Amino acid sequence: MPTLARRLSRRLALTLIAMWGAATLAFAGMRLVPGDPARVIAGGVQANATPQVLDAIRDQYGLREPVLVQYGVFLGRLLRGDLGESYQLNQSVSGVILDQLGPTVALAAGASALGFSLAVGAALLTAGRPGPRVVSRALEFGSISTPNFWIGILLLAAFSFRLHWFPVIGDGGLSALVLPWVALALPIAGVLAQVTREGLERALGQPFALTARARGATEHRVRLRHALRHAALPVLTLSGWALGELLAGAVVVETVFARQGLGHVVVAAVRGRDFPVVTGVVVLSALTFSLVNTALDLLYRLVDPRMRQAAL
Amino acid sequence: MSRPLVEVAGLSVEFPARRGVVRAVRDVGFAVHAGECLAVVGESGSGKSVTARTLLGLAGPAARVRAATLSFEGRDLRALTPREWRLLRGRRIGYVLQDALTSLDPLRRVGDEVAEPLEVHGLATAADLDDQVVALLAEVGIPDPWTRFLQYPHELSGGLRQRALIASAIAARPSLLIADEPTTALDVTVQAQVLDLLDARRRDGTGTLLISHDLAVVARLADRVSIMYAGLVVEEGPAADLLSSPAHPYTADLLAAVPSLDGPVRRPREISLAPAARSGCPYASRCALADDRCRAESPPAAPYGPGRTVRCFRPGQDPPRAPETPPVTVPVTLPVPAESPAAERAVVSVRGVTKRFRSAGGSRRTAVDEVSFELRAGEALGLVGESGSGKSTTARMVLAEFAPDAGDVLLDGEAWSGLRERDRRPRRARIQLVDQDPLSSFDPRFTVQRIIGEALPRGFTGDRGRRRVAGLLGDVGLGPEILDRLPAQLSGGQRQRVAIARALAPGPEVLVCDEPVSALDVTVQAQILALLARLRRGSGLSLLFISHDVGVVRQVCDRVAVMKDGALVEIGDVETVLRAPRAPYTRALLSAVPRLAVGRRTAVPIPVPDMDLKGPT
Amino acid sequence: MSAPAAVPYDPVRAAEARARAPRRRWPFRPGVLLAAAFLMLVCAAAAFPGLLGHAPDQVDPAAALRGPGGAHPFGTDELGRDVLARIVYGARPSLLVGAGSTLLAGLAGAVWGLAGALGGRVVGEAAMRVADVLLAFPAILMALLVVAVLGPGTRNAVLAITVALAPGFARVVRVQALVVRDSAYVRAAVNLGLSPARVLVRHIVPNVVAPLLILATVNIGTAIIAGASLSFLGLGPQPPDPEWGSMLAQARDYLDVSWTLALFPGAAITLTVMSATIAGRALQARYEGRGGG
Ligand SMILES: Nc1ncnc2c1ncn2[C@@H]1O[C@H](COP(=O)(O)OP(=O)(O)OP(=O)(O)O)[C@@H](O)[C@H]1O
Ligand code: SF4
Ligand SMILES: [Mg+2]
Repeated sequence: MPTLARRLSRRLALTLIAMWGAATLAFAGMRLVPGDPARVIAGGVQANATPQVLDAIRDQYGLREPVLVQYGVFLGRLLRGDLGESYQLNQSVSGVILDQLGPTVALAAGASALGFSLAVGAALLTAGRPGPRVVSRALEFGSISTPNFWIGILLLAAFSFRLHWFPVIGDGGLSALVLPWVALALPIAGVLAQVTREGLERALGQPFALTARARGATEHRVRLRHALRHAALPVLTLSGWALGELLAGAVVVETVFARQGLGHVVVAAVRGRDFPVVTGVVVLSALTFSLVNTALDLLYRLVDPRMRQAAL
Repeated sequence: MSRPLVEVAGLSVEFPARRGVVRAVRDVGFAVHAGECLAVVGESGSGKSVTARTLLGLAGPAARVRAATLSFEGRDLRALTPREWRLLRGRRIGYVLQDALTSLDPLRRVGDEVAEPLEVHGLATAADLDDQVVALLAEVGIPDPWTRFLQYPHELSGGLRQRALIASAIAARPSLLIADEPTTALDVTVQAQVLDLLDARRRDGTGTLLISHDLAVVARLADRVSIMYAGLVVEEGPAADLLSSPAHPYTADLLAAVPSLDGPVRRPREISLAPAARSGCPYASRCALADDRCRAESPPAAPYGPGRTVRCFRPGQDPPRAPETPPVTVPVTLPVPAESPAAERAVVSVRGVTKRFRSAGGSRRTAVDEVSFELRAGEALGLVGESGSGKSTTARMVLAEFAPDAGDVLLDGEAWSGLRERDRRPRRARIQLVDQDPLSSFDPRFTVQRIIGEALPRGFTGDRGRRRVAGLLGDVGLGPEILDRLPAQLSGGQRQRVAIARALAPGPEVLVCDEPVSALDVTVQAQILALLARLRRGSGLSLLFISHDVGVVRQVCDRVAVMKDGALVEIGDVETVLRAPRAPYTRALLSAVPRLAVGRRTAVPIPVPDMDLKGPT
Repeated sequence: MSAPAAVPYDPVRAAEARARAPRRRWPFRPGVLLAAAFLMLVCAAAAFPGLLGHAPDQVDPAAALRGPGGAHPFGTDELGRDVLARIVYGARPSLLVGAGSTLLAGLAGAVWGLAGALGGRVVGEAAMRVADVLLAFPAILMALLVVAVLGPGTRNAVLAITVALAPGFARVVRVQALVVRDSAYVRAAVNLGLSPARVLVRHIVPNVVAPLLILATVNIGTAIIAGASLSFLGLGPQPPDPEWGSMLAQARDYLDVSWTLALFPGAAITLTVMSATIAGRALQARYEGRGGG
């Protein structure tokens, strides 16, 4: 399938461009901060870096050269996979990220599984059924309108401080993950349930659904074999958005539940202006985000045969 | 006579609406016997589809269905449980819907769709399911069924899709086949083949309920015809009888509106298209025979000759002769240049134009291939051909919406397609377009006043402009009450009239009409055609009239050009071409056109080459 | 944080649906009225926070962490400050961040998207490639990057969220503008011989802007949540200025003592977001003819 190959290479090129864009933005941001760039990289004035450290930074980042060369040096280091050193944490950025990746992935994976199943379940059960539909819509509207940190705080207050069902502070255990999963999943599930139900209802109103019924198909069959696939298309389109929400939510939810994780690291880095860490995380999430979107794009083609021929 | 397959009496279906109820079907009755075809005909919204779906128990969750009799194969359908309904659907009753592209699930393989009834009713083992499906595909005349089995609906042409849909409807060998507008979206040649397919089922003993808005389509297949208007069956009877001597005025109006290929060109009277009356006879608001009694009470269904019933107080009466509508009073264009030797002057010269498009796969497709013709001053030239034959592309090059890849178009003997847009702009007023879908050609925020006002030449401002707009509306048969309406608030016929008024506003010399009536009901269509004919007589406009329907072209045009696969295959005087077509393609096209006068039994077999093998469209 | 991908929206079909929708004498449902009333209340609080009489920063250690009731209807925080007063004073930054960033992002997105659709090869391509790149990573990171560079604060939070939202708006506007540009009514206008400038001003821009306005209104809620998130993380308006998100961050630390402290600021956010969304949807429903609100 030559169109598929072309599409794939286009998406991969876009991924590279996205990473380059992310890196460029990070570089520009770093240079926009007033003051000595070496000191900025070292973590600002309050970091009290020694002159030796500052000199080392200047060598590493080529700060004595013109800006364009600095940019080149910066990109070159990223290309080699060298994300640099956090002078605030005294650790390599890749080390920081690797250390903190696990808890965040566990959080995000669980929450997205929960969110998707809640959404699809609710949509399948309520699509085209006036009574349940009203209830489900109200719940969805509520969960979309509620910031996940407030959900998290209320869950904590009720289930940890009052009922003591779950630990207050996130340690490694699974029980400490339950509340964060719920807090993170609910707002996403709300949006996805709306979109899924809309897709289902649109599909159920189409002539092919009527035709399927006229063949003697049961309601189950019409929903699962025909309509669900159609509803999956808008959901797939939204999955990229959902991933972004998940990342954004992880940052907040980790703070609420005082969990370890990338989100926590990023917030600390932004607050402390630890630019090497910010840069590393930005470039890495641009990569993940683009790759996931590429996968979604391919998946979309798999579900919708009409897309397979269309060029680009 | 044996017991009918389907018996319906006193059927009414209502839907709750915001205000009161919609009475979609009222007191409908009919019967279909095995091996018989009953056609239900009526305009859009007359309740045909609701009636059909009621027979499948699929009128919708909100529908309130009542019936004195509703039986199928001797069983009372009113008492069925949902499970019993399911056992009936697809197994005893097959259902074919209008648009096969949306009626086949676009995300599933054709084979899976055709197999569904066999699967849900457990009529095939997993092992021989595929073989059965392929046999079915072959049975409905789909070439290379193994390939088609694995393809998706969008990879099939319209005709093949419709055949696949029929294959799935007949998979379980139902005794009743319901076909709701099975040929509406298809080209005539393909349409003829699909009708033949349905006819073959009927001959094998399947009872057929054929729903259509097109009397000519029905004439080919139906044993009996039932005419619906506003949810009522207004007339029912044997097809040949009913079509040759209509008893109900609505049937007569419908028949008069069908453009025909034989006999003299009929000019239908300009009837009003008022909505159905709420009390009394529903047709009273349109009927030429309506009197006070019609407006007061509703006529009951009464027998009319052998096997016929009609709902009318004055069945079979001829309407009073309508006075010939006078030609347009206000000259819509520049004064007719009567002194000049108009007839031979070419207003538009198309000289060897070619246009290629890049298609999805990256290959290039020639949409228009070295087409040449002239549009002479004051004449109407028809352009016919199947969908995809390049008619619209030609029109867009005549309008200079884009430039041809080769060849050129002259307007009034001067360069036109070769100009820069800036130089062309001042002359654009001379050539105007009336499009198929008028609604989307209006800015949705504009009122009728602004839509037409925008098209007026410079100088028509303020009061003068308003008077001119009202005058133009009058010319197309509309009153000033619609001036402040938005296009979305107009009916289909009104929209097309507004579109014509706008096209006339700049004072053009040439009107390009691209399928101007194909989205309209026949009665409305006839009105628009009559309007165009009248405008032309009064103003000396030249018309380039594009249509897929030869009968429609005959109504308005002097000459006709036939296109096939981007090329012009024949051009000449309309009557000459119709009587003695020279190109083989024209002959095939003409013989496939459904004709009213010719009943099914006398129809000559049509030597149509299978035009359906184009593959993906 | 960015707008869920909007389906290109067809003004012609919308107008048709609008014309078909039954007219109601009283166009709004009770829910919409309630939402409008609440929004007005919030706007009043944002405009005249002093009317209540309580000061948001009056410390009273003796009355710290009281439950709701008495002189402090919503209770007091850990320093004994009146929670109600702080919520009233917090309305301004919250609204400013939500509505301000939406407005800025909408404006930027409109220009950007129109340039992308109508700017010809070079400008159009460039505009959209930049948007593609920005959309290729999560909006939250854009916002965090902006805060990292500019530092925390109300103004910077507005900028951060604007930057995060604008590319999404740009894409929606572009798709919309392409739909309109290729529409039959623009084709008709060109056939009438109207100049390109006239076609742009009379037909294209108005038909693009209306749906954008609706999208923006519906989006205000998202922006308010995003702003509250930033300040919850300590990256928005700085203490001691009250803001709903940062109030929740403080409340988080006293959950074991007083859970009501977390109740009211959160409710303020959620109710405001709900009201804004209901109002936006009501507008949208009226515009798209789905029978008012
Ligand atoms: N589910 C429904 N809810 C409410 N009204 C309906 C419903 N289905 C059909 N109607 C109404 O019933 C009437 C008859 O509709 P029906 O679809 O049977 O017309 P039709 O003759 O098949 O028209 P067409 O030629 O356009 O297919 C119309 O006024 C339609 O609006
Ligand atoms: S009953 Fe009267 S109005 Fe109705 S169709 Fe017959 S003549 Fe016309
Ligand atoms: Mg119908």
